[in-house]
Amino acid sequence: MNPNFLEFEQPIAELEAKIEELRLVGSGSKVNISDEIAKLQEKNLSLTESIFKNLTPWQISQLSRHPRRPYFLDYIRRMFGEFDELHGDRTFSDDAAIMGGITRLDDKPVMIIGHQKGRSTKDKVRRNFGMPKPEGYRKALRLMEMAERFKLPILTFIDTPGAFPGIDAEERGQSEAIARNLMVMSKLKTPIIATVIGEGGSGGALAIGVCDHLQMLQYSTYSVISPEGCASILWRSADKAPDAAEAMGLTAGRLNDLGIVDEVIQEPLGGAHRDHDHAALRVKESLAKALERLQTLSTEDLVDQRYKRLLSYSNVSRKSAEE
Amino acid sequence: MSNNNNWLEKILPAIRKSDNDSRRTNIPEGLWRKCPRCEGVLYRPELERNLEVCPKCEHHLRIPARRRLALFLDETPQTEIGADIGPVDRLKFKDTKKYKDRITAAQKSTGETDALIVLRGKVNGLPLVAAAFEFNFMGGSMGSVVGERFIQAVDVCLENKLPFVCFAASGGARMQEALFSLMQMARTSAALQKMRDAGLPFFSVLTDPVYGGVSASLAMLGDINIAEPGALIGFAGPRVIEQTVRQKLPEGFQRSEFLLDHGAIDMIVSRHDMRETIYRLLAGLTHAPLAS
Repeated sequence: MNPNFLEFEQPIAELEAKIEELRLVGSGSKVNISDEIAKLQEKNLSLTESIFKNLTPWQISQLSRHPRRPYFLDYIRRMFGEFDELHGDRTFSDDAAIMGGITRLDDKPVMIIGHQKGRSTKDKVRRNFGMPKPEGYRKALRLMEMAERFKLPILTFIDTPGAFPGIDAEERGQSEAIARNLMVMSKLKTPIIATVIGEGGSGGALAIGVCDHLQMLQYSTYSVISPEGCASILWRSADKAPDAAEAMGLTAGRLNDLGIVDEVIQEPLGGAHRDHDHAALRVKESLAKALERLQTLSTEDLVDQRYKRLLSYSNVSRKSAEE
Repeated sequence: MSNNNNWLEKILPAIRKSDNDSRRTNIPEGLWRKCPRCEGVLYRPELERNLEVCPKCEHHLRIPARRRLALFLDETPQTEIGADIGPVDRLKFKDTKKYKDRITAAQKSTGETDALIVLRGKVNGLPLVAAAFEFNFMGGSMGSVVGERFIQAVDVCLENKLPFVCFAASGGARMQEALFSLMQMARTSAALQKMRDAGLPFFSVLTDPVYGGVSASLAMLGDINIAEPGALIGFAGPRVIEQTVRQKLPEGFQRSEFLLDHGAIDMIVSRHDMRETIYRLLAGLTHAPLAS
């Protein structure tokens, strides 16, 4: 089994291995096998299409954490100009699980902030698997407040399993750090666009996710708790994660139907991990469009609309007054 | 338990058995309660007089939201806010049980429609709005109704220039409402920003327990954060942390005293002094003369 492919992607992996093999054989011999390769490639295309046509929420959850999925840094390199990273919360430390800094979207200066998972084992550990600690949220807040002062739009990129459940994180006030971000982001006088590029894990995601425009990549997820966590609490077994993923409706499409997510960004065939460049291009296009729209609003309308958006995230029944 | 074929029953000391039997028959149901901390057997009427605080070890037992508010507010006037709002199962959520059935069961057992009760009233004549989480209603979890009532409470405060006091007791966000419950964190926090903008005080009182989405939103955003002694307060639950870091948690981890030591809360106040302390602080922040 190819570890760079998920279980349901294995047929694709096998076919691609075959194509690769043929190519190697072809380049070393005089026999023309390009027809054969073309045929297999076509087959691969229809195979991928059929596999990706009917993905379950659980399969999408797995895609959202695919080992080859593009991370924040992969998007930065492809979408923006020179990126000057800014470090530290000025209080305690610098958290490598959240990165932020100033760059340009086309010609416009912007503040970008996002979770960063590591690619190599060493990097994964250094970035704590994309699980921020309070200093990460406080750095994000510092940068967001700076962006407000200098009238830079804020673009956030969400990709985290969640806030780090650790002793030190609790000691330094994880709850307060997240809560403060939620409160302050609700009134920042600059446009905020949040893009879920991978895992939108609970409070750790929301802490940089209060925004004027929420967009999600097609195979990203956003949920109040991980499917495994939900399953182990409500079903008393983490094995029920597929059921939990289904029940929570954590996919971009479902959340779009429910009115929480404004826009779903289509991924290249087979998922963003199959074509980082193409995925980045699409995200960039959506960002540019959303930003253009938001920048036509007055600051007052912007903040007012943000609050109204938040108020709309509610499902309740109301009894008539005389009852 | 069948007596005929249970050999264990036969070898149990006879005295223990008869002791159990006599307790069951001679003492009225529910007159005694065991303190969950010191395990002392407490006489209920006495416990009630002592505001559900163990007279032996000072352990603060959990109390229902209505009782909490009754202890806090003047007897009159009291008007409930948001009682007309009820839960809706938009996602048709089903785990081992249907969410709809869980709601019905919780409503039956608590007599409440959801996990937050909001009353407008007075404390020593000082008008304010007070809210309390009902922990017995699905672990005090925050879904849309809790969020909506909280925001209504804030709206009443904004309209009438009133302070707001919230007693939290919650396991966190209500998973059965999925992302809508996560969004209640953002909504309630945004509403509290409005309180700040209007210069109105918000006090958060943390009572055992406060975790997850409630801890990481409204409960930590008080102008003043007050905890009851010994309450468990944190973002992630102790079990999750232990599994993640594979380390033994320090003594007293996530207790009120731990939070005070780490600068997360302003003070720890005994239930007996809660009402007067909050009153004094609120009167101070709002320049109200102190009632004699």
